[in-house]
Amino acid sequence: MGTKATPGATEPEPMTVSAPARPKGGGLARFLTAPTIGPLVVLLAFCAVFSLSTRTFLAPGNLSLVVQQSVIVGTLAIGQTMIILTAGIDLANGGTAVLGTIVAGKLVAQEQNPVLSLLLMLVLCTGFGLTAGLLVSRLWLPPFIVTLGLLGIITAITRLIAQGGAFPVNDELLSWPGNAFAVGDTSVTYGMIIMFGLYVLVWYLLTQTAWGRHVYAIGNNREAARLVGIPVQSRLLSVYTFAGLLYGIGAWLALGRIPNADPNALQNANLDSITAVVIGGTSLFGGRGSLWGTLIGTLIVAVLRNGLTLTGIDPLWQDLVTGILVISAVALDQISRRRQR
Amino acid sequence: MKPDAQQKVALPPKGTVVLEARAITKRYGHVTALDRADLELRAGEVLAVVGDNGAGKSTLIKVLCGAVIPDEGQVLLDGAPVHFRSPLDARRLGIETVYQDLAVAPALDIATNLFLGRELRHQSFAGSWFRFLDKARMKRDAQREMDELKFRLPSIDSAVEKLSGGQRQGVAVARAAIFARRLVIMDEPTAALGVRESGQVLNLIRTIRDRGLPVILISHDMPHVFEVSDRIQVMRLGHRAALTTPQQNTMSEVVAFMTGAARGTAPVEPNEAPQQNGK
Repeated sequence: MGTKATPGATEPEPMTVSAPARPKGGGLARFLTAPTIGPLVVLLAFCAVFSLSTRTFLAPGNLSLVVQQSVIVGTLAIGQTMIILTAGIDLANGGTAVLGTIVAGKLVAQEQNPVLSLLLMLVLCTGFGLTAGLLVSRLWLPPFIVTLGLLGIITAITRLIAQGGAFPVNDELLSWPGNAFAVGDTSVTYGMIIMFGLYVLVWYLLTQTAWGRHVYAIGNNREAARLVGIPVQSRLLSVYTFAGLLYGIGAWLALGRIPNADPNALQNANLDSITAVVIGGTSLFGGRGSLWGTLIGTLIVAVLRNGLTLTGIDPLWQDLVTGILVISAVALDQISRRRQR
Repeated sequence: MKPDAQQKVALPPKGTVVLEARAITKRYGHVTALDRADLELRAGEVLAVVGDNGAGKSTLIKVLCGAVIPDEGQVLLDGAPVHFRSPLDARRLGIETVYQDLAVAPALDIATNLFLGRELRHQSFAGSWFRFLDKARMKRDAQREMDELKFRLPSIDSAVEKLSGGQRQGVAVARAAIFARRLVIMDEPTAALGVRESGQVLNLIRTIRDRGLPVILISHDMPHVFEVSDRIQVMRLGHRAALTTPQQNTMSEVVAFMTGAARGTAPVEPNEAPQQNGK
């Protein structure tokens, strides 16, 4: 506006633009429109229902148990969130963690150095993350196919190493995340602290650093991300590799929770982590969502399982309710996206 | 080092040649996309590049923004030969490009989009050690730049997907304008937009030119070209078929140059270009 138009030019309408309806300033308004608010309300609603319908739900010991039960999937879901934010998906996270536990479990069973076994477990899981990252970012293979194939490979390797057996882990270091200390009436495990620490760390990376913005931008519009000069390939590679490391830590937490490396453990962890991410409000199409939503989503599933068990309802209903939640979450995401068009 | 948003190189006086392409040739197998094509962009002008499909205008632009490496010919920036291996090379030398297909991240807010790929870190140990972003500074800078460009937007915090198409393209154009230090290349910036929205983007182009950055505008849309450009370069069969101004020729004459139905003014040799003061 305001500049002289060339002769004969039609003066376009001034650029007065009516702002789209947007809640003004206020912290409360912003809080209510935050994407994690829906999942949080659902979580609190479930907690309210179960604390009214059962006597034991709110007992400190039970709440601690709920969190302990969600530590493994909660950690795998961090990696899953990062990958889904880039518009990818990871079907191999649970399998990767199980392979980690088997390798470490077998090594300590053979009296190998526990520190080296732990490190090897972390390095191995990171390596599989790196492999997925290379296939996705260098060959541009679809993440679904890459991780589906890797899941098959990893599961086969796991079975070959395990030879049908499980490995009880008596080592203090490998089962350390399961150790607890008391805070008032509640017992807190080191595993919980590790998980919450990882949430804070990855939240920081995703929201307070350029790397995190690039992750979101790649999921939003990969071509645009490339055009503005974001190194898309190396960002994707770093996401998958870092996710692999998180799966390794998840394997450690799994050994802390149940000190027995079982090749048949965590069979559904991949889908459970996707469930947590989706219920937490992160879009499967990438580019939108929040990590805290994933934590809430993990807790929703854990609270639901725990509460339904406490009320004495047949466990078969747990999966049904979880299924309804997943579909509702995705439906909400779709509806809100359509309204923004 | 990332270029700072405020850092602007002193711009050369109006009329001096900023970017020059000499006898650029590019072949794809048996197809010659560019056949000794020339281009000359002067300080303070909007140079429109028009041409039929396949006339070589996109290839020429890709050469200028580093996306295509020419087989022969020379590109000179401020009189010095440059060799772009990638768009990043061109960007490092202050050439920004706006693409027609709205290169924005829709779910992210305007300030984030403006600084995407060039985020500012906090100027403290939090920034250098923990890579902590300075969101407040980016927001402030974004708001100031948008004000200077006279491009009004609902709020610098709103997600780009809540904007109209014209406003979205405005964000992409503004990003180029903020970071370009030598010139801005726009590839069909109004192709996806309606009439009113195109008007907003054309205004933005004028503002950028009036602030001193020359603009190369590729467009199919003759009314837009005539509305905003100072000079028009007509591409045909891979080279410059005519060089004119909106005052010298009518739209239909320019279309005739494009199709070859009429011969344009003989392409002016760069070193004997007539002294033309702006418009």
